[in-house]
Amino acid sequence: MNHKRKKINRIKVTISAVVALLLVLIALMASVIAPNDPYVTNASAIRSAPSAEFLFGTDNLGRCVFSRVLYGARTTIAATFILVAVSFLLGSFVGILSGYYGGVLDEITMRIADIMLAFPQMVVAIAVAGILGGGLSSAMIALGITMWTGFARLARSHTFAIKNCPYVQAARLAGKSGPAIMMSHILPNIIAPLITNALTQIGTTMIGISGLSFLGLGVVPPTAEWGSMINESRAYIQIAPWAVMYPAIATIVTIIVFNYLGDCVMEYRDED
Amino acid sequence: MAKQIIKRILGLVLILFVLSFLVFGIMYLAPGDPAEKRLTSQGVVVTKEILQAERERLGLLRPFIVRYADWLKNVLVGDFGVSFKDDLPVGPKLIKGLENTSGLALCSLFLALLISFPMGILSAVKKGQPVDHVVRLFSFIGNSLPNFLISVLLMYLFCIQIKIFPVIADGSIKGLMLPALSLAIPMAGRFTRQIRSEIIEQLGEEYVMGMKSRKVKGRYILINNVLRNSLGHILTIIGLQIGTLMGGSVVIENIFRWPGIGKLVMDSITARDYPVIMGFVLIMGTIYVVINLIVDISYRFLDPRSF
Repeated sequence: MNHKRKKINRIKVTISAVVALLLVLIALMASVIAPNDPYVTNASAIRSAPSAEFLFGTDNLGRCVFSRVLYGARTTIAATFILVAVSFLLGSFVGILSGYYGGVLDEITMRIADIMLAFPQMVVAIAVAGILGGGLSSAMIALGITMWTGFARLARSHTFAIKNCPYVQAARLAGKSGPAIMMSHILPNIIAPLITNALTQIGTTMIGISGLSFLGLGVVPPTAEWGSMINESRAYIQIAPWAVMYPAIATIVTIIVFNYLGDCVMEYRDED
Repeated sequence: MAKQIIKRILGLVLILFVLSFLVFGIMYLAPGDPAEKRLTSQGVVVTKEILQAERERLGLLRPFIVRYADWLKNVLVGDFGVSFKDDLPVGPKLIKGLENTSGLALCSLFLALLISFPMGILSAVKKGQPVDHVVRLFSFIGNSLPNFLISVLLMYLFCIQIKIFPVIADGSIKGLMLPALSLAIPMAGRFTRQIRSEIIEQLGEEYVMGMKSRKVKGRYILINNVLRNSLGHILTIIGLQIGTLMGGSVVIENIFRWPGIGKLVMDSITARDYPVIMGFVLIMGTIYVVINLIVDISYRFLDPRSF
């Protein structure tokens, strides 16, 4: 029974990982797949319905919605991956260091993490992005300020739990230096939960980035990004619903795929 | 226990103090000159002298520490300064916005609980059955939907296709429905999942098995023991969502033009109206940490083992 469940779980992980990878590939190949230039405005084809030339129709400026959705995938997915990766690296680094050495370093970093965690992420993000002015990078900084703390706490608690295990002590007795032990003994043993956490953060981060862009605090127009596309087009949703619906569907599908992947991986790990 | 609570409160005061410093520091370093913004918005032709005089008048030329101490002193007595935009005091503006926002937040919290409680219990009791799969599917999708998307879709459906609700939330109950629903749907998805897993965990406990073997009715165990024991956890789950709710309400208020604190802060961000933004972050931070403290304390009270 248990064996069968495990097998099903493995299949689920594989399928969702393949679909997620496919989305990433589509995003990377946006410039190859897109039939039209996403930034060229066309005065003779404003808000035209989906057709053979414009698969998803055109928006208020006559730009091809299909091409913009593809380029938007690149913006959203790249921004999300970079943000999660940076938070993951920085947070894990700080967490392992403070878990391993403890003492004053641990006190300081964990107090900073406490303060960061003491405030609602989106509220901080809106305030910070608002102050830094628009732009994708300021939106990413705004979300990253609170995000690294999750990784730091996780890495710290796992490091703390294994740093006095016999094999770590043995390595220490054998004369290995702190950094070497952290790299070759601690990191490989705690990387799995950290990666799982990173996967589960992807969906939330996408919601955050497109939410900030929707508010006008993320990407600057005319850059194609799903959140800002939906915001731009919602004023004329009555006349051209496709200009809202297709980026909306793209957002929902992408978030669902990555959330599902995160869930499956988490379930798979829980089985062990 | 009293000692622990006092310790937590002291820690909270320290955290808020640090926050106030950070908020002020970021504002201080922020790009964009409020004096210039203010003058241009009034249609004044900006010269060096006028700009300097305006900065002097707004107190922007004093040293950092003096400005911070001054601001903090006033904030502690409830005076958040005057708005750079229209010279009106910021405090009443924030309070007015906060009233509307709390209305919206409570309404959506209520809706979310109304949906997720029965759903979570149902799918926990019917674990593995078709009902459970359907509920899990819906809660998973709900959890994956960004609230701004839900609101755009709801607006399209209910305001444009079937004209039952107003597009602009004018402060009436009818206008409140769609924004509250937009916030409630993702939250309900999250609550359902967590309530489900909490109840499943409780149902696997030994006391449930013991009661079942004594032929106590399943419904009786569920209501009298399982639900009571899960209440503490469920309360914590709600507490953890308060932050998401606050962030979400900023987005939703701006879509539906709901006159809450989130709409106020977005308007202030465009105008670089620093006193309002600072007040907003400080108030939201305070509410958030206080709510979490209350949740923590009541969690202890709700746990029968703490007595």
